[in-house]
Amino acid sequence: MTTVAATAHPAPAHHDDRSFIRKYVFSTDHKIIGIQFLFVSLFFLLVGGLLAMQMRWQLGFPGKPMPGGGVLPETMAPGGVILPEYYIQLVTMHGTFMVFFAIMPLLVGVYANFLIPLKIGTHDMAFPRINMWSFWSFFAAGLVMLASLFVPDGAARAGWTMYAPLSARHDLSGASFGQEMWSVSIILVGLSSILGSLNYITTIINNRAPGMTWFRLPLSVWSLFITAILGLLALPVLSGAAIMLLFDQIIGTHFFDPAAGGQALLWQHLFWFFGHPEVYILILPAMGMVSDIIANGSRKPIFGYHSMVFAIVAIAFLGWIVWGHHMFMSGMNPTLGSSFMVSTLVIAVPSAVKTFNWMGTMWRGNLRFTVPMLNAVAFVAMFVIGGLSGIFMAATPVDMFIHDTYFIVAHLHYVLFGGSLFALFAAIPYWYPKMFGRLMHEGWGKVHFWLTFIFYNLVFFPMHILGMAGHMRRIYDPTQYAFLQPYQPMNEFISISAFLLFATQIIFFVNFWWSLKRGKPSGLNPWQDNGLEWTLPSPAPHGNWERVPTVYRGPYEFSSPQVPEDYLPQTRRLPSDREPAAASAARH
Amino acid sequence: MHWWLPLKGSTFAGEVDGLFLAITIITGIAFVLVEVGLIWFVVKYRQRPGRKAFYTHGSTRAEVIWTAIPAVTMVALGLISNHYWVRIKGRNSVPPNAYPIAIHAKQFEWQVTYPGPDGKLGTSDDFTVRNQLHVPVGRPIVVRLTSEDVIHSFFVPVFRVKQDAVPGMDINAWFQATVPGTYELGCAELCGLGHYRMRAQVFVQSQEDYDAWTKQAAQEASS
Repeated sequence: MTTVAATAHPAPAHHDDRSFIRKYVFSTDHKIIGIQFLFVSLFFLLVGGLLAMQMRWQLGFPGKPMPGGGVLPETMAPGGVILPEYYIQLVTMHGTFMVFFAIMPLLVGVYANFLIPLKIGTHDMAFPRINMWSFWSFFAAGLVMLASLFVPDGAARAGWTMYAPLSARHDLSGASFGQEMWSVSIILVGLSSILGSLNYITTIINNRAPGMTWFRLPLSVWSLFITAILGLLALPVLSGAAIMLLFDQIIGTHFFDPAAGGQALLWQHLFWFFGHPEVYILILPAMGMVSDIIANGSRKPIFGYHSMVFAIVAIAFLGWIVWGHHMFMSGMNPTLGSSFMVSTLVIAVPSAVKTFNWMGTMWRGNLRFTVPMLNAVAFVAMFVIGGLSGIFMAATPVDMFIHDTYFIVAHLHYVLFGGSLFALFAAIPYWYPKMFGRLMHEGWGKVHFWLTFIFYNLVFFPMHILGMAGHMRRIYDPTQYAFLQPYQPMNEFISISAFLLFATQIIFFVNFWWSLKRGKPSGLNPWQDNGLEWTLPSPAPHGNWERVPTVYRGPYEFSSPQVPEDYLPQTRRLPSDREPAAASAARH
Repeated sequence: MHWWLPLKGSTFAGEVDGLFLAITIITGIAFVLVEVGLIWFVVKYRQRPGRKAFYTHGSTRAEVIWTAIPAVTMVALGLISNHYWVRIKGRNSVPPNAYPIAIHAKQFEWQVTYPGPDGKLGTSDDFTVRNQLHVPVGRPIVVRLTSEDVIHSFFVPVFRVKQDAVPGMDINAWFQATVPGTYELGCAELCGLGHYRMRAQVFVQSQEDYDAWTKQAAQEASS
């Protein structure tokens, strides 16, 4: 595939004679595709955030006109007052955008694409054109989903989990075209993930540089590899379910409609059979990248590398046999509930192993608190809260009380925001130099980190208390319930904190844009890391290497006694290193 | 406003809250261990010039310890939880003498059917009341849950009871109220635009009050 012609010029971008369209739009370069995913999914992250702000306005100040809400049409918020039917669209679309169009593409679309070839030492993905299609089907899916907000009956309104028969029958949900567009968009997003996963798996198996053995792979690559396997197996189930849902909606089948002989719980089984592996798709890459960043920031080899790999595999494997824990109260056979409870609790074990190994990595390190490191440590601190709160709902008798309450909302945001998004706030500035040749501003990065960390906890921690009061999820107006009225000040507090949290993100976005042109030039290896990508110029050129590098060791040789510096790149050959046997790694 | 769980209004509440407390303690220990450890490391091992980190790739002993302790704790927790689960929701958990009430959920109301004087559902003296659940205190009640249209979820926070009502399914949930009073029943599963107002009043009454109410309500329903 993309072979780079060896020329006499030392400059990296010399042979690049592709047109603008081929280079930046319909690009087959894995790095450009990663950057395309980055821009588009950051946009959707903002969209998802804006939807959340409107929800928070309604919850904090029910029935009051929303500032700026006057721009919304009568069908959403007449006079700026959010309607119940619009509120449930907000609920649905916030979840949908954040899961499918922000966190998942940010972690997988951006970093699997950008990092895998760079970190394993190859010129590009195994199937660059399939990779391009993966992005464009994602883009099309996003457009369809975005457009669905503006169709006459409004967007889908059955929650991001799209429980049938509410989602399957337009007479029950009150939405029509929006529901169908949701199904179409999800089919497309499934296609995108399947194409991407296929590529990542093939590339990692076949295209590793000489000497890059399996146990010399960085944990980021391991986690992306396992994530791709999850994606390849889980997304077809979602796509299949979405096709069935679409058939129910438009051609009169009744897969999920009990009134005509269908099964309501079938949707839940299909959805969560995809949905629980999806949860790990949303956290494993974050764990992998955080592992890289913590080892770098601690200037220490990762503690228990092999345990870390096995923990990733164990989490992924267990992820397939726990989907029923979303359905303890669904009317599913309670004996099944028992087995799903045990498998779910067992996931705490590999999660604990990972946490303790991150701590072990920091132990007796020489910690540098760069912006990526601060966010990575916050990831560990916050993921722990999300992981531990998961134990409450895994225990079926407790779940009977907290299921479908704000306790769940708190839990999932501690994992998805405290976990995944903090990992992204670490990963984005960390690999930014390799994407754009410049560093993001360090000072503003720290301001953004601290404010986000504080407001984030002020938003989501109190939600545990709301959940313990029995505050249901997805309700438009909590003051309808007498027992929730005393909690209105807390809802107001959460809302105000959420607005501040959102405002803080402006710092991040401005820093991101500003640094593209004005950031400090980064040089090859600003973090003094060992990974292969740091031997390339910043930004990395098309085709990456003229000759693929040779790898002599694992990626975490920090503070090795063999060298005076505190890092030892994977490509540096010491006199004691043997040349890897030609057969030991795949050739190109 | 409480900072802990609400009133214990059923025989399950003590068990659920006890388990909740136990998990809070277990996870609380883990939480403090990790967070204090992190803060300690962050302070103690912050970068200082001229220092090099301790070069190690890990410790098998440490790995075994921090794999085994969570594993044993989780399995134990699973066994204990399962004990309660079987008693509360198991297939044969409904006491044979439980008093039956049928609840039919539909967008966006709860239609509660009472068995009338004969204490049996499906007979001619049954009567139906919208959005009012009256139950006698101190007596096991079995609720037969059905749904007209979409999935709803029967949720009475003070009883700590939740059970989805699924169209096409007939699901039994039981509980025994312990404290007379007026409470709220809410829908916990998103069921459409009126989800937020799909609520009902729950009246836990003494047997005499309940019987008196039944007589009156049956008359009102038939007239």
